[in-house]
Amino acid sequence: MKKLINAAESLVDDALTGMAAAHPGLRVRDRVVLRAEGPRPGKVGLVSGGGSGHEPLHAGFVGYGMLDAACPGEVFTSPVPDQVMEATRAVDGGAGVLHVVKNYTGDVLNFEMAAELCDDVTVASVLVEDDVAVQDSLYTAGRRGTGATVFVEKIAGALAEEGAPLAEVARVAEETGRRSRSFGIALTSCTTPAAGRPTFDLPAGEVELGIGIHGEPGRTRAPFAPARELAAVAMDAIHGDLPLEGDLLVMVNGMGGTPLLELYVVFAEVEAYARGKGARVARSLVGNYVTSLDMQGFSVTVCRLDDELTRLWDAPVETPALRWGR
Amino acid sequence: MMNAASDDAMGTGADDAMGAGADGPMGSGADGPMGAETVAGGGGGLDTAFFVAWLEEAAGEIARQRDRLTELDAAIGDADHGTNLDRGFSEVLRALRETPPASPAQALMAAGATLIRRVGGASGPLYGSAFRQMGKALDSGEAPGTAVTPAAFAEAFGAGVVAVERLGKAAAGDKTMIDALAPAARALAQTVRDGLGTGEALARAARAAADGARATVPMTARRGRASYLGERSVGHEDPGAASSALIVAALTTAASRTAAG
Repeated sequence: MKKLINAAESLVDDALTGMAAAHPGLRVRDRVVLRAEGPRPGKVGLVSGGGSGHEPLHAGFVGYGMLDAACPGEVFTSPVPDQVMEATRAVDGGAGVLHVVKNYTGDVLNFEMAAELCDDVTVASVLVEDDVAVQDSLYTAGRRGTGATVFVEKIAGALAEEGAPLAEVARVAEETGRRSRSFGIALTSCTTPAAGRPTFDLPAGEVELGIGIHGEPGRTRAPFAPARELAAVAMDAIHGDLPLEGDLLVMVNGMGGTPLLELYVVFAEVEAYARGKGARVARSLVGNYVTSLDMQGFSVTVCRLDDELTRLWDAPVETPALRWGR
Repeated sequence: MMNAASDDAMGTGADDAMGAGADGPMGSGADGPMGAETVAGGGGGLDTAFFVAWLEEAAGEIARQRDRLTELDAAIGDADHGTNLDRGFSEVLRALRETPPASPAQALMAAGATLIRRVGGASGPLYGSAFRQMGKALDSGEAPGTAVTPAAFAEAFGAGVVAVERLGKAAAGDKTMIDALAPAARALAQTVRDGLGTGEALARAARAAADGARATVPMTARRGRASYLGERSVGHEDPGAASSALIVAALTTAASRTAAG
């Protein structure tokens, strides 16, 4: 294993030190990443967090028009309640705080504990559960939160920036999640620095379908195929769950180890697929936004836009990983 | 809500886990079936030194089996279970060294709080709540240094397991920690009812947990990260059940160590 680390144990803190040094708009304190300027009175605060290894999610989305704070845990491990509590108190401008939580048992438990312990702050919570590879049933922990997290953080963050009250910000966050679906495919596993070798073995001629974002194996394996066919597998799964229609916001996301050149090949197939169903890709994002360390592969996230969501997506944003209009 | 859930677990769930025979109020002293037995320190029950030894033995075993736990997790999860628990239990040992507990309840509550605050993921809140709940169940306000009866410990252990069930929304057969912890709780309660010795009670609990962990191999996961794999989770031992079995097994090594010492 060759990793650009000093030691696996110090990886997260070393990376946060680098983030703070690279982005003067951020302040890092006890594993909480905050906007340097602090909370704005009357503005709803947005806090998210989760395991590290998904960069730029979440810390790369802290800044104007998006998150107020991010709580990075160890690699692929939810943050602890203390981090979330500190973040929640630090960003409260008196209008309450929205927790954006990806649906994993650990994330849910730690954010719940933090919200209960922060009884001096009004906290609302939105659960992101967009991954159609997992059936939401009694037999699973429910759908995973994956790519739609970026949409929820951007859109809810824009509304919060406009000064909307907590209930409204929570509503638009829920609405964004309800209208979004994702599906991921891996060409390779990933290597966590602590384990030192790939989490699973994937033969050269096979891909994993329905992966999450923690290097965990997917639902099934399938023979390797051209980008058009792999894109169609993802889009069939999404379209089968939430039919594609109207204006779409589409993200083709690399898993951390995929060349952008290949992601654009996938995007072309995704766009053609949507057009074939009579929908229109109105907004797009192509790149590495919700990654799984060094995994190769891609995920597609689709959101069926309405006028409000389109307007909020277009609103100015200035974070390390997303910035436009300002 | 966490507190409310925990209190509920104390009030109702303990009975479920323990069966009808669990003996009365905890800390009832020498009246329990095994009350006269001395495991550690000569105090007529399980004393603070025993619980510290339990946590030390658990930490040691988790450190030794760290890579195996992480490998189990790599098969059906995200390859960090051993690393995370080892980090958490190392912190528990440090906390116990920095502030030596004055009672069994303090030892367990300190361990629980440390795991909740330091581990993250799902295992931090779940194991943390289990230990905290056990500690609360034993916290009868007695003078520091008072040992607890095996019956009280069996009841507290059952309450801890119920806390995990509630928080994780998991039941037996879901391929989780519960598949090792619940049989251990039942075995403890049964041996107490049968009036068997403390050593035998802990040994049976350890065997039940180990059998329970092995029994997760053919199961399909319905909770936790392995549930995302559906049928592909079959054929692998659940890492949470495996670590639970190690922690329960540490009860027996702790007993022999403190009794010998």
